[in-house]
Amino acid sequence: MSHDWPLWEVFIRSRGGLGHKHVGSVHAPDSELAVRHARDVYTRRLEGVSIWVVRSSDIVASDPEQAGPMFEPAESKVYRHPTFYDIPDIVKHI
Amino acid sequence: MYTTELGKADPSAPVSIIQEDPALLEAFEVRVAADEFIEPKDWMPEAYRKTLVRQISQHAHSEFVGMLPEGNWLTRAPSLRRKAVLLAKVQDEGGHGLYLYCAAETLGTSREEMVEALHSGKAKYSTIFNYPTLTWADIGAIGWLVDGAAIMNQVPLQRTSYGPYARAMVRVCKEESFHQRQGYEIMMAMANGTAEQKAMAQDALNRWWWPSLMMFGPPDANSPNSAQSFRWRIKRDSNDDLRQKFVDITVPQAEYLGLTVPDPALAWNEAKGGYDFGEVDWEEFYAVVRGEGPTAKERMKARRDAWNQGAWVREAADAYEAKRQARAAA
Repeated sequence: MSHDWPLWEVFIRSRGGLGHKHVGSVHAPDSELAVRHARDVYTRRLEGVSIWVVRSSDIVASDPEQAGPMFEPAESKVYRHPTFYDIPDIVKHI
Repeated sequence: MYTTELGKADPSAPVSIIQEDPALLEAFEVRVAADEFIEPKDWMPEAYRKTLVRQISQHAHSEFVGMLPEGNWLTRAPSLRRKAVLLAKVQDEGGHGLYLYCAAETLGTSREEMVEALHSGKAKYSTIFNYPTLTWADIGAIGWLVDGAAIMNQVPLQRTSYGPYARAMVRVCKEESFHQRQGYEIMMAMANGTAEQKAMAQDALNRWWWPSLMMFGPPDANSPNSAQSFRWRIKRDSNDDLRQKFVDITVPQAEYLGLTVPDPALAWNEAKGGYDFGEVDWEEFYAVVRGEGPTAKERMKARRDAWNQGAWVREAADAYEAKRQARAAA
């Protein structure tokens, strides 16, 4: 007769100016209770000033087995980094 | 709190790695050997998954059951300060259980299955919680010794190879230090109190010392699952090494309290730079693993009662959500 409540992923902003970061998950029947549970489970020591919850089933993730081809294009484009360019030391502020 | 590896008599004991695809297995072994973290959607051998599900769920169960011996004293704490502290500690243990259940769920098991396994007596939890808490001094001894042993066990697990487990351990370890310090503070108050209070503190140390040493698990020679767990970085230190470390750190703490560790064989060994100590009664350990501890039945009854008596709350929350959705659809 019992069944698990849906799973929610929890994201917490630890202080103003920072982004929300994934911290774990909670089970809850609805979003409001998910936020309350997340408060109790993940912020018992002032770890946050803001909480997001997202249904785990709504998260779309990239495939780890495709990580190679997925991120390879960035790997081969070293000219996107400033260190790729040789500028004499005498030239300042660049 | 922490559970040791209690794989004996477990029907889900590690499956063979022989059936695995050799190329995938090799790539996995290379990643783990390079101290990379394995994440939920990564390929992993079935034996790795099963070992982790068993270990993480046992660990979670231990946190949950661990609320019971201390909860027993919440209403009888000697001051409001002690009560607030103990309440916060018990709440932390519940939180630790939840972090760990979530980590186990990323491996494809469900909360329902795990709770079911605990309540039916199929799943194991740390033997330490099958000992009774007879006096207030036990609350001090548990924080000092049991949480102390737990910290010793859990710190290396922050680098365990499975990412969600390692991250849960980072949170747990951050919170655990307060548990040990509040316990030692209780012991200090009692050891420096009346003769009767000091005797209670000594009695608690006498009863909790050996069960705390058992928390590190069987001797390395009798720990059959260790080799594979080491190779896969699920386990990072041997049971005997951690036990030795715990004794070396804890004995001076007992001396500071003016209490005597209940082990006649205990002696400083200059050559090894550590203490020699007596043999743990492993017969007792295995009896407690089999559920013959003084309070095993009581603990499981308390868990099942809590679950069953909370059923109406879960049902009400479900009914409320169903009604809300029906209204939204209308």
